[in-house]
Amino acid sequence: MNGKRPIVELRNICKSYQRGSQNIPVLNDITLDIKGGEFLALMGPSGSGKSTLLNLIAGIDKADSGVINVAGIDIAALSETELAGWRAANVGFIFQFYNLIPVLTAFENVELPLLLSGLSKKEKKEHVETALGVVNLSDRLEHYPGELSGGQQQRVAIARAIVTDPAIIVADEPTGDLDRVSAEEILELMERLVHELGKTIIMVTHDPRAAQKAHIIRHLDKGVLNADPQANI
Amino acid sequence: MQILKLIFKNAFRHRLRTFLTIAGISIAILAFGLLRTVVDAWYAGVEASAANRLVSRNAISLIFPLPFSYKEKIRQIEGVSIVSYGNWFGGIYIDEKNFFPNFAVEPKSYLELYPEYVFQPDQLAALLRDRKGFAAGRKLAEKYNWKPGDAVILKGTIFPGEWEFVLRGIYKGRTKSVDETQFFFHWNYLNETVKKTNPGRADQVGFYMIGVKNPNIASNVTAAIDKTFKNSLAETLTETEKAFQMSFISMSEAIVIAIQLVSFVVVIIIMAVMANTMAMSSRERIGEYAVFKTLGFGGMYIAVLIFGESLFISATGCIIGAILTFPAAKAFGNEMSQFFPIFIVSGNTIYLDAAASVVIGITAAIIPTYRAVTIRIADGLRRIG
Ligand SMILES: Nc1ncnc2c1ncn2[C@@H]1O[C@H](COP(=O)(O)OP(=O)(O)O)[C@@H](O)[C@H]1O
Ligand SMILES: [Mg+2]
Repeated sequence: MNGKRPIVELRNICKSYQRGSQNIPVLNDITLDIKGGEFLALMGPSGSGKSTLLNLIAGIDKADSGVINVAGIDIAALSETELAGWRAANVGFIFQFYNLIPVLTAFENVELPLLLSGLSKKEKKEHVETALGVVNLSDRLEHYPGELSGGQQQRVAIARAIVTDPAIIVADEPTGDLDRVSAEEILELMERLVHELGKTIIMVTHDPRAAQKAHIIRHLDKGVLNADPQANI
Repeated sequence: MQILKLIFKNAFRHRLRTFLTIAGISIAILAFGLLRTVVDAWYAGVEASAANRLVSRNAISLIFPLPFSYKEKIRQIEGVSIVSYGNWFGGIYIDEKNFFPNFAVEPKSYLELYPEYVFQPDQLAALLRDRKGFAAGRKLAEKYNWKPGDAVILKGTIFPGEWEFVLRGIYKGRTKSVDETQFFFHWNYLNETVKKTNPGRADQVGFYMIGVKNPNIASNVTAAIDKTFKNSLAETLTETEKAFQMSFISMSEAIVIAIQLVSFVVVIIIMAVMANTMAMSSRERIGEYAVFKTLGFGGMYIAVLIFGESLFISATGCIIGAILTFPAAKAFGNEMSQFFPIFIVSGNTIYLDAAASVVIGITAAIIPTYRAVTIRIADGLRRIG
């Protein structure tokens, strides 16, 4: 994997929130490269800005200053609408609480991102079945989220994240709501996505065990990014 | 999976809430429809009036009569085709609460002028033949179970005494908007009896009903009639039948306006209820909408989801309410037929129901949609945790 050109390049990113008249700095001059096919874990105490940073990389929030270049595109320069299209094509999302739509079946949840793709009905079906096959849920197509365990729901969410075959997957505490066994399953699945499908994964996590699965661990503290001394590259 | 399916599923996520909202809208639309129908019923007489009919009465007041001798003079006026005449009788059948309109008319000319009262030919002939005969509308005859040949006694109020009549004809309305609760009998019977008992009041007519050859000349004829009797002992006030009917309603116009107002207030209240339902649902789903946006769906898609759900709920409630209006109006109309002889749900009312449902659905969706579309994705996602 080494030698590849970075797929994500952050240069001097600053981000602060306005709370009333108060300006709360969250990210302070962050510079970070992530190479294609890497599995990066972002750790740090609660409130240190991990989610904020992830959102910036994934194009669901805008930085105050700095450059964010993802797969050769300066996403800060995109309009809201362009950004929406860019996310649909390039980024898969995995959330702590799965964020499945409860009234849709597993199949329909995974199909959701494809509604924007213009694929034929048959092609969509194939994609969805493939994605659910990867996460080993081919026998749960017609189940609703409420009928699945937390681990299974998160696997559906992973299928939804990969169904459009995006280059980058962002995961915000994907095991934060799971028991150990399920968490282990999810992490193995994510490793497979990197090794077998060549995805780039950026994962925010609290859990050191989860971070161990990653190639690189970075720590965010008080808005500043530090390399992990025990990074297992 | 189509967006319609998602809208439908969303609408029934909180079954009880949705059910109660739909029930509320149904009841509101039902109430709205009935109130509109009451207003329509109020104007039924005006609606049923024909443009080629005039009514002439004493200029001072309806309670003062006109001489019978005017009949020939009116007939000679240019443009007049038929002259009929009558008196309000105001008789009571057994008890005062059994109210129905009853009056004396010259039946031959009257029925020529009012072809909307339809008789069977043999009954019509019998009615014209019998001096003591009377005609009753179908609803009235049904209500008191009168059959042709039955004797009916009315207690006179304006013309004291016990008056005996024999039912000779039952008329049907040519259209649904014809009043079928009327009672009318021979003016001659009234006049001849009064001649004997109270000669001073004989040969007087409460009102003339005048047919004109062409509705376009109605105003000319009106003016000509009033001019003819200007400066006589009994001056006339002639107006179109519509204006004549209107003059009764204008006395109670404030009530009609109040009813109209209430009908709109009902819609406004249910709008607030519906807006609350949509606000609650959207607030709960703000995280989901953020997920849709994260996945690349635009504001338009979210707007369609919310507006679709809102319109679906309001339209369902409205359709149920509109359907219920018909049997309810029928029951209400039967119960109140002495006050509202014509109580029919008009097409207009149903159009207004539909318009109300669209307005309710749209207004309820505006604010939730605005919120869902404008909230920053990161903030929306944060609401899930
Ligand atoms: N929309 C916002 N408005 C104000 N402050 C915010 C907002 N979003 C996040 N913050 C603040 O920014 C800081 C970093 O948040 P976050 O990125 O969620 O941290 P982490 O994911 O590391 O726990 C926190 O102090 C949080 O309170
Ligand atoms: Mg976080």
